[in-house]
Amino acid sequence: MTGSQKPSEKDLKRYEDDFLTIKHRRMIMKEIVLVKYGEMALKGLNKKTFEDMLTKNIKRRIKPLGHFVCTSAQSTLYIDPQDDDIDLSEVVERVGKIFGIAALCRACVCEKDFEDICEKSYEYLEDILGCAKTFKVNAKRSDKAFPMKSPEICMEMGGKLLDRFPHLSVDVKNPEITVTVEIRDTNAYVHAENIKGAGGLPVGSSGKAMLLLSGGIDSPVAGWMMAKRGVHIAAIHYVSPPYTSERAQLKVEQLCEKLTDWCGGIAFYCVPFTELQEAIKDHCPEEFFTIIMRRLMMEIAQRIAAKDNCLALITGESVGQVASQTMAAIACTDAVCRIPVFRPCIGMDKTEIIEISRKIDTFDISTLPYEDCCTVFTPRHPKVRPRLEDIEKAQNSFDFEPLIQKAVENTEMKTFDIAK
Amino acid sequence: MPIYLDNAATTKPCAEAVEAAVEAMTANYGNPSSLHKAGLEAQLAVDKARKIIASSVGADSSCIYFTSGATESNNLALRGIAGAYGKRRKKIVISAVEHASIDETASALENMGYEIVRISPREDGRLYAADFVNACDDNTCLISMMLVNNETGYILPVKETFTAVKRRYPDIVTHCDCVQGYMKLPIKVNQMCADMISLSAHKIHGVKGVGVIYIKKGVRVVPVVTGGKQEKGIRSGTESVPLIAAFGAAAEKLFPTIGERYERTGALKAYLLDRLSGMEGVAVNSPEDGSPYVVNISAEGRRSEIMLHFLESKEIYVSSGSACSKGQQSGVLGQFGIRDKRADSAIRISMTAETTEEELDRFAEALREGFEKVRG
Repeated sequence: MTGSQKPSEKDLKRYEDDFLTIKHRRMIMKEIVLVKYGEMALKGLNKKTFEDMLTKNIKRRIKPLGHFVCTSAQSTLYIDPQDDDIDLSEVVERVGKIFGIAALCRACVCEKDFEDICEKSYEYLEDILGCAKTFKVNAKRSDKAFPMKSPEICMEMGGKLLDRFPHLSVDVKNPEITVTVEIRDTNAYVHAENIKGAGGLPVGSSGKAMLLLSGGIDSPVAGWMMAKRGVHIAAIHYVSPPYTSERAQLKVEQLCEKLTDWCGGIAFYCVPFTELQEAIKDHCPEEFFTIIMRRLMMEIAQRIAAKDNCLALITGESVGQVASQTMAAIACTDAVCRIPVFRPCIGMDKTEIIEISRKIDTFDISTLPYEDCCTVFTPRHPKVRPRLEDIEKAQNSFDFEPLIQKAVENTEMKTFDIAK
Repeated sequence: MPIYLDNAATTKPCAEAVEAAVEAMTANYGNPSSLHKAGLEAQLAVDKARKIIASSVGADSSCIYFTSGATESNNLALRGIAGAYGKRRKKIVISAVEHASIDETASALENMGYEIVRISPREDGRLYAADFVNACDDNTCLISMMLVNNETGYILPVKETFTAVKRRYPDIVTHCDCVQGYMKLPIKVNQMCADMISLSAHKIHGVKGVGVIYIKKGVRVVPVVTGGKQEKGIRSGTESVPLIAAFGAAAEKLFPTIGERYERTGALKAYLLDRLSGMEGVAVNSPEDGSPYVVNISAEGRRSEIMLHFLESKEIYVSSGSACSKGQQSGVLGQFGIRDKRADSAIRISMTAETTEEELDRFAEALREGFEKVRG
C-alpha cells in the first residue's frame, strides 16, 4: 500500500478546479460581465424605457444560469454573478445574442488602488498575455478623483506588465491584446477581450409584429432582422395536410425555437390552409395561384395580427427572387394589406441572406427537404407581371370569406419560450 | 448475489433505459427515415435522445451524431479529420495512454503516411499541457486525448491542453474521448475547448451498441461509413432507435446526479483504500486525485488473471487492466510508471454509486484470502 489516500474531498476539489475553473478563480478575484449599450445610449428622455427593457431581457435570459445582480450606470450594465459555480462563458454567449448591446466583456473587479489593479491583473491576464506577443494598455478614468490620469495609468501599467511578462512588447498601433483599465465610480475593472454585441435595439422596445414563417431560408432571417430593431416577433405558419407533412411543421417549430435565442419568447400560430388552397385550385386560373394564395395568407395574417396586438407583418421577400416576388406581384399582394408589411430582406441577394441564416444557425434547419405550403400547387408558368384588376377579378369569382373565417377560427397557437 | 465491480467495462442497463428500448422495439418500431407517421414517431424518439445528450454536455443538438459505439466515434474522429484536413497537415498528436480505439486507429493512420506523436506522462505519472502544445505545429490537424484513463482513473488535463493548443493553433481540431468521464464528471464542450467528443451508452447504464460523437459546427469530417445519408451523412445506416432511446433515457436519469454520485463514489473509494491500507503487498496504482469510479491496485506477486479467476470463484467480478484488450498486458500502465511484476498483478475495481460498503468489505476479504492462497 503506497500511503493511505483520502480522495473524496481532494478529488472533489480537483474536479472543481479542472472543470469549473471559473469558480476556483472567482474565490481569489471577482469576475463580472460588463455590457455596453448600443445606439440606445444616444436616446434622449426615453432612454430609461430602453434601458429597463434591455435589463429585463438580459435578466430573463440569464436567470436559468444562477443568481445575478444587474445594475446600470454610465451607459453600462454590470452583471454581477452571486453564485460560485456560474459559467460566465455561457453568460457571455447568451448575452451576446441579446439586441441592444454594442459590446460586452468579462472583467476583473479591483479596488480603486493602483497596486491592487496591478496585482489582480497579473493573475487575471496571465493566460491571455502568456500566449500573446504584443499589447497595449488603454485607460478610461470616469472617476476624475482617481489620483492618476489616464496616460499615467497606461504608462505605469504597461511598464509593470512588461516587467511581469518580459516576452511581450508594446505596440500601440496594432496590438494583439488591448488591456483596458476602467476607473469607475465604485470600482476599477480590468479586461482584455471586447466581444462584439448583437447591436440593434432591445426586443420589445419597438412593439410587436407578425412574421410569416414558411420554413425557407429567408423568413427566419427577416424575423431576426426586425427583432434586431427592437420588434417583438410573433410567427404565423400555414399547413396544408396532406399536401404538407407534419415534419414540415416540426421544422418550422424548430426554427421558432432557434429564433428565441435572439428574439425572446415567440407566439407561434399554425393556420390550417388546405381548404383554401384547394378552393384556389378549383376556382382560379393556374397562373394566379401563388399570388392569390399570398393575398389570402396576408389577409389571415393581419386578422390574427389584430387579435395579438401586432402592428405590422414581416415577410422574407426579396425583389425578383421568384415570380411572386416581382414588384408587380408584391404590389398585388400588398393591395389586401391594411397594416404595414416589413420586408427587411427586400434588397438582399440570396447569398447575403444565407450568410445571416448561417450566423443565426437557422440555415441547416431551413434546408431540410420538406415541402411547405408555398410549393403546393405551384403553377408551371406563374404570371410574372400580374395586374391587380385581373387578380381581383379572379379572386372575386369565388367567395373565400367563409373559408378564411374558418381558417382563422381553427388556428392553433403555441408559445416558444427562451431556452432554459 | 454476485458482486459486480467492473463498471468501467460495462454497466447494468437501468430500468428506464430498458423500458425505452422495449417501447421502441414493440410500439415505436418505425424507420426514422420513413415519411409516414410511424417513421416520424421513431425520428422524434431519436431526436429526443439527441436533445437530452446534447444538453448534458452543453452542446447544440444539431452537433450530436449517433454511432455504433465509442470505438466507432473514435475511429470517425481520427479517420474523419485525417480525411478532411490530412492532405496538407499530416500530424496527429495523441496521449500515450489512450484506449485502443484511438491508439490502434492512430497506428493504422501511421501506416498510411500520417505522423503520429504520442505524449507520455512525465516521471510523476502526469501529463502536462505544455508537452502537448510543444508537440503541435502548423502541420498538425488533430489532437486527441481522453478525459479519464480507463485503467487507472487518472484525469487528464484536457481543458488546459485544449485551451492552450487552441490559443496558439486555432486550426487544430481537438478531440476528447470522454467515455470514462461522461456522467461522472461535468462535461461542457465549450469550456473544454473540444471540437469533438466521443461518448458511449453502455458505460452509463445504457445499452451496448450505441455511442455518440459530438462534432462542433464548422468542423469537417469525412464519413467512415457511407450509405443512406442518415445522421446528416456523417454516419449512414438506419438509426438503432431502441438503443438510442435507451441511451437518452439513461442520460436523462444520470445527468442531475453527477455531483451527488461523485461524492458517493469518492466516499466508497476512500472506504476501499482504507480497507486495503492494512494489507501487505497491495499497492495502489491509481493516482490520489483520479476519478473515484476506478481504483487500480496490484497484489504483489499474484498474476492478475489468476487473482481475477480466484475472485470470480467468490462471485466477485473485477478486471485485469482494460477488458477490451482481453487479458493482454497493458502498455498503458507502463506509461504511468507501473511496470513488470506490478503491472502483471494489476487489478481494476470500478464502481458505481450503487456499490455498497458491504460489497467492498467482501471484496477486501476475498482479496486477502486470494493473496494467501494464490501462488504466482
